[in-house]
Amino acid sequence: MSILLKVENLSRSFGGIHANSDISFDVKEGEILGVIGPNGAGKSTLFDLITGFTKSDRGQVTLREKNITNVRPDLICRMGVGRTFQKLKPFAEQTLLENVIVGALAKEKNLKVARDKALEIIDFVDLIEKRHHYAKELSTGQRKRLELARALATDPKLLLMDEVTGGVDQRTIPGLVELVLKLKKNGITVVTIEHNMKIIMDISDRILALNQGKRIAFDIPKNISQNSQVIDAYLGTIDAA
Amino acid sequence: MTSQVIIQALISGILMGLIYALIAAGLSLIFGLMEIVNFAHGDHLMISMFSAFWFWMLFGIDPIFSIPLTILLMAAIGVATHYFIIRKILNSTMLVQICATFGLAVVLRALAQLLFTPDFRTIKNPIIQGKFEILGIFIGKPQLYASLVCLIAFILLYFFVTRTEAGTALQATSQDRQAAEILGIPSNKMFALGWAIGLSCVAVAGSMLSNFYYVFPDVGVNFSLFAFVAVALGGFGSITGSLIAGIIIGIVESVGGLLIDPSFKLLYVFAVYLFVVIVRPQGIFGRY
Amino acid sequence: MNNNISPRLLEAKNEPLWYFNKNSLIIIGVVILSLFLFPFTSPSKFAIHLMMMIFMHAVMAQSWNVLAGFSGQISLGHAIFFGIGAYASAYFYVKLHITPWIGILAGIGISGFVAMLIGIPILRLKGHYFAIATLLIGISFQVVFQRWPEVGSSSGLWIPINRDSPWTSMQFHKSKVAYYYISLIFFVGSFFLVWLLNRSKLGYRLRAIRDQSDAASSLGIHVSKYKIIAFVISAMIMAPMGSIYAQYVLIVDPNNAFNVDISILVLLISVMGGVGNIWGPIIGSAILIPISEFSRIYFGGTGRSIDLIVYGVLIIIICIFRPAGIVSLIPRSFREREKAK
Repeated sequence: MSILLKVENLSRSFGGIHANSDISFDVKEGEILGVIGPNGAGKSTLFDLITGFTKSDRGQVTLREKNITNVRPDLICRMGVGRTFQKLKPFAEQTLLENVIVGALAKEKNLKVARDKALEIIDFVDLIEKRHHYAKELSTGQRKRLELARALATDPKLLLMDEVTGGVDQRTIPGLVELVLKLKKNGITVVTIEHNMKIIMDISDRILALNQGKRIAFDIPKNISQNSQVIDAYLGTIDAA
Repeated sequence: MTSQVIIQALISGILMGLIYALIAAGLSLIFGLMEIVNFAHGDHLMISMFSAFWFWMLFGIDPIFSIPLTILLMAAIGVATHYFIIRKILNSTMLVQICATFGLAVVLRALAQLLFTPDFRTIKNPIIQGKFEILGIFIGKPQLYASLVCLIAFILLYFFVTRTEAGTALQATSQDRQAAEILGIPSNKMFALGWAIGLSCVAVAGSMLSNFYYVFPDVGVNFSLFAFVAVALGGFGSITGSLIAGIIIGIVESVGGLLIDPSFKLLYVFAVYLFVVIVRPQGIFGRY
Repeated sequence: MNNNISPRLLEAKNEPLWYFNKNSLIIIGVVILSLFLFPFTSPSKFAIHLMMMIFMHAVMAQSWNVLAGFSGQISLGHAIFFGIGAYASAYFYVKLHITPWIGILAGIGISGFVAMLIGIPILRLKGHYFAIATLLIGISFQVVFQRWPEVGSSSGLWIPINRDSPWTSMQFHKSKVAYYYISLIFFVGSFFLVWLLNRSKLGYRLRAIRDQSDAASSLGIHVSKYKIIAFVISAMIMAPMGSIYAQYVLIVDPNNAFNVDISILVLLISVMGGVGNIWGPIIGSAILIPISEFSRIYFGGTGRSIDLIVYGVLIIIICIFRPAGIVSLIPRSFREREKAK
């Protein structure tokens, strides 16, 4: 499999705190890459750096041989990298359909075509009945699907998902996980941040483990679960909690 | 142009700057507490000036002695403003908050025009008047005393906020409303207190200004613009920031007027605002 | 994405992109027609004047509403574009002897250009910083025009009276009805422009920016570019009102053209009616403008204060009790396109 995204020595600090220091990894086409790490490990910062929401101090991000370091977020999207946000950011005053149409307009010129595409994706995330509901009326799980649908509508090759199951109730988790696997089946490469260890071990092809802004492991799930640094990092948080 | 002229401009700039600083401090205090910009701030200043004027006109009380009365009046207006308007729009959108305080500004100014007519008025023969000369530089006594009183008020404000129990409570609410509530500090009372103090600042500045400035319904407009600029420069919510920013504005206004063209005084100050917010949106000093 | 299309999806795809409420379309048509016929009912001069003021202020508020409603930025300096419109047509006529009709177009163009120049640096500013920046820039325009000899400094430009060619000079001295129709055409035009904007791709993108600009940029929208576009459109809607006003009163000076009160008034009208709603500016204007026009008649010289007091009190009441504006009193099904069940 060819390499879709390559991250080399990516670094960023905020007022002396190293949110990300010298992070390197790659993402292969068609895989699901899990990103784990305790709170404050720098997972969301990593996403912000890749998608251009935060400027990096050092390092390089390459998408299919193309340098995309510090490129504006809207251009990153147009190059085929979609994302969702940990703190959900729906267009609250608009309907689900309108939310997804905005995403579809990134690639479609015609509004009607964009609408139809949006409907297909809404059907894909299984929310077709809710298409005319305002985003603010949806549940957290449904809003996660909304964000996913919106990002999918931009035709991403690579999708960065920040906390698929965070903040949703237990019953809705399996459906969301199934959805991620369905993405993979459709040929979309996924990088996902996830706190639920069981889920991430099950679905990921490879896992990137971060702690205090540094990469502590990058391997297949089986090896990650036996990695002493990963175990320490997680035990550490359990102790603190 | 001699250096004497420039020093003259510099000094009068600093003197006015101290007055701007106190007005801005009131605005900044209110903003820091509840993230609301009081667009009626200049009109509150106008009321303070009219208060000083009417105390003199009707009862013959000199502005310097009516300061406590004006403070009482403005503090009451502040509490009433909070109670009847601000309290109810705390959780509204920024647009609604802007509109409400703008609406208040429109009402206050129109009321003043209706009740007091648009005439320009002056207080004749106040206790503080005249000017003196040091080394060829003329300093107006009203300006000098006004800036000194404002500086004293500023220092008192600073000590109140940092050294007293009520002031600390105020700061706690300003930094984290919820946390302060948990500690038993009622935010609603703190907001009312903030408005009372914020408008007291304006009361002091207005009383002292009435010694040498025309009193008329639109008098607050330019002062409030300068206060917005000062607060943005000093960082919204920073009291010490507004002191420095106020002085900078006073100097820019008077020295700029001297060196370039006095009729564009306003523009120099605005240019400073635009430059600062575009280059450094969090203000020169940030928050606190 | 899915090969086997579900019946639910098929049903959804068969829905029209937009629902047109037949009844409201008929109502809109009837209202527009009767507004065009109104002058034939031989109304008083005052009635014509009042209607015209309502139209003009509705357009001005609509302009402001495009910026606030679509991109979420609050301008306190919209008088800039009113003033540019007024000065452009007056300058073209007085100094260059070019018909105000061309002057209106010039005003629209210049306004759009100035909006772009102002917008590029300041549209990055958030919330209060933007609002205060527009307020200060608005006043700066007034200060500069007060001291600019080419446009008559403080005394402004007086448009010479021309009784010979009303249409080329855009001056109608016998009857004000022509001004009524001009402002009515702009009123209807701006309504449909905003209506189209609402349903365009641009409308989708701007609403996205208004609601959540980070999410918008993650979906490929160049946020600052679109904010500038909204600002430019807004400015271009405002400018012709300045031109019409200049032709109506035949004098343009810094005080009537760049008055801060205009900036505040368009904001109050929009908020009164309902921000981000196409009907908001119309409702707000229909309520507030008669108040000031009538109070001017009843109270004479002091009317200016009375109407402002009523304005201010009304707006405070609206802010406290109906922050979504008067339009929110009307049941939803009438204001919004019908949702599919």
